[in-house]
Amino acid sequence: MSDPIVKISGLNKWYGDFHVLRDIDLDVRKGERIVICGPSGSGKSTLIRCINALEEFQEGEIVVDGIELGPNLKHIDAVRREVGMVFQSFNLFPHLTVLDNCTLAPIWVRNIPKRDAEATAMKFLERVKIPHQANKFPGQMSGGQQQRVAIARALTMNPKVMLFDEPTSALDPEMVKEVLDTMVDLAGEGMTMLVVTHEMGFAREVANRVVFMDAGQIIEANTPNEFFAAPQHARTKLFLSQILR
Amino acid sequence: MSDIASSSFVRQDLLTERPAPVKTTGFVGLMRTRLFNSPTNILLTIVGALLLWFTIVPSVRFLMVDAVWSGKDRAACLTENAGFAVGACWPYIQAKLPQLIYGFYPEAERWRVNLTFVLAVVLLVPLLVPRLPAKGLNASLFFVAFPVVAFFLLHGGGIKGFGLSWTAGLLELFDDSIIGAGQALLSSSKTSAVGPLLWLVGNFIVLVGTAIHWLILPLTWLRDQIQGAGQSVWTDFAVTAAVVCLIAFGLGGGLRAGGRALASSIFAFVAIAAVIKLMGLDRGGLPVVATNLWGGLLVTLVVSVTGIVTSLPIGVALALGRRSTIPLIRIFSIAFIEFWRGVPLITVLFFATYMLPLFLPGNFSVDGLVRALIGIALFTGAYQAENVRGGLAAIPRGQGEAAAALGLSWWKTTSLIVLPQALRHVIPNLVNSFISLFKDTSLVSIVALFDLLGSLRASFSDPKWSTPSTAFTGFAFAGVIYFIFCFGMSRYSLFVEHRLNAHRRN
Repeated sequence: MSDPIVKISGLNKWYGDFHVLRDIDLDVRKGERIVICGPSGSGKSTLIRCINALEEFQEGEIVVDGIELGPNLKHIDAVRREVGMVFQSFNLFPHLTVLDNCTLAPIWVRNIPKRDAEATAMKFLERVKIPHQANKFPGQMSGGQQQRVAIARALTMNPKVMLFDEPTSALDPEMVKEVLDTMVDLAGEGMTMLVVTHEMGFAREVANRVVFMDAGQIIEANTPNEFFAAPQHARTKLFLSQILR
Repeated sequence: MSDIASSSFVRQDLLTERPAPVKTTGFVGLMRTRLFNSPTNILLTIVGALLLWFTIVPSVRFLMVDAVWSGKDRAACLTENAGFAVGACWPYIQAKLPQLIYGFYPEAERWRVNLTFVLAVVLLVPLLVPRLPAKGLNASLFFVAFPVVAFFLLHGGGIKGFGLSWTAGLLELFDDSIIGAGQALLSSSKTSAVGPLLWLVGNFIVLVGTAIHWLILPLTWLRDQIQGAGQSVWTDFAVTAAVVCLIAFGLGGGLRAGGRALASSIFAFVAIAAVIKLMGLDRGGLPVVATNLWGGLLVTLVVSVTGIVTSLPIGVALALGRRSTIPLIRIFSIAFIEFWRGVPLITVLFFATYMLPLFLPGNFSVDGLVRALIGIALFTGAYQAENVRGGLAAIPRGQGEAAAALGLSWWKTTSLIVLPQALRHVIPNLVNSFISLFKDTSLVSIVALFDLLGSLRASFSDPKWSTPSTAFTGFAFAGVIYFIFCFGMSRYSLFVEHRLNAHRRN
């Protein structure tokens, strides 16, 4: 197996006095798909938000593709260029068209000429199957379409790692599938993915590893088969019995 | 007969169209459904009609029907000569129009004001029409080149040096004030209780000042050489142009990609040279017209346009500063905003005009109009800051996070994502402040500047036109002028709002 592309070691984070993340160690190898699950408030989102420095942390170290991100958050910009992120609430820029949403970062961060950026953006919009809506504003689209645009927007920066923070939680049940299909396609192309989700079907189908978190720590990490068939820890068993009925 | 067959039905004859029994469209419909459909509405309609009758009719009578339209002096507007109760006295406005527009601007030089107005319109109108191209060039012409050209057109005068001399002069002034402060401390150390400490600090400041003096010596030496030789403006210009072009070339990406930056800076300097040559700035320029001779609509427009154009950037900077995470910047912004909002504009203008000169170093004087301009810009800037802050508060946190996750820096996130959305939210508030600024410019008349209203009041004292209706006519005319400008701004802001908020319509 190749070297880890994301290496988290000894990560600790506090919100004031509240210890949100406790001694997190996690290695993600290139091309690996990891699903992170757990009850709400367990620190899943905080963990992946630490990886692209949307949250600061007090102890430990995160290395992304050889770039070191310590508690003082040097190299933030370098790390963020390598890591794409998809949010629960899409966070598309409402005043820009879909196409402009997708070309903004390539033009202003990577200094790519507008014409090339638009060609790349259209390529990715085709991949998420909404090229014909390129000139619409986000507010004119359904939630599922917006989330697929958000995925395309992240991909235009050619990230080495993609983070998904509950990408389907804000969607109608019908639209969950179209977004999950896009993510399955992406996984099929070998993208390294860290996904916080409650979609256990997706975890079974796509993940290499499932990480279960509770109370700010990793309780159990295993392959999906083992994880769902034979959970070891009592807390994991309880969690699975709650959600798989 | 309750079987199924009874409920079946086949139409034999098609019904023809017939008019509605009660008309609901057209004027009659409007009266019936909106104006006289209930006792309350009948009452309101009658009150409204009476209100219109008692306001519109007298106004029209005064302004048009009973008005005197031609005449040479007050005699034409007197009831005994006209033969009827005279309303507006328009010949008075006609006679005073130059004073209302130019103030005491010398008659022979008024073409300069006209040319400035024409330039402003020619540059502003294409900027306001979204369909026209080259917005970047247009904006830089209007916001950068036009103020300079307008200054030399309206005020006159030439230049003795260029960028290099100015930089050297500015640095020298800065250095002099540092040394001055140090020496002031040294002299007060002889009498003060904390003398040794003051002596130490004073000596240190003088030392720093002297160091700066030696540091900028090459620059001042070069300046003196250039000023000593003939053709000082053009030599200085050439040196400045070369230095700036080289810097632009370097920053633009050097040999690899700097060509564009180099070309545009060379183009800018050629344009500057053309303007200098055309206006003869190197040979003393146009005759100087001191700002105390300016007046009328000219002052109103200069003050309000400068105020509008400068207050928005000030407001944006202060609003961002107030939300900054750096305590010093935040405290400064809050203090600044609260200070200016807590003080009436009249106080600001008085302070700027009569007290500021007492605080400035002796060799440093600022023109009276400029002082008023700075006062108004800062005052309005503080108000705009709060307007902009309202818009910033309406932007969800996720927007900034999404931009950060894409690798955009704080500056790019702010200028590309946050501000464009925030400003769109607060267009009505911003324009509200602009309109009130436009009308508040009439306050400059209390600091001896004659704006439109000031010139108007000055013209009342002319015995040649003193009639019972002179003041009413004058104020009606000023009212119409103010209304045209304010209503124009209001309508244009609605248009912009509608256009920029395309994304909020489904």
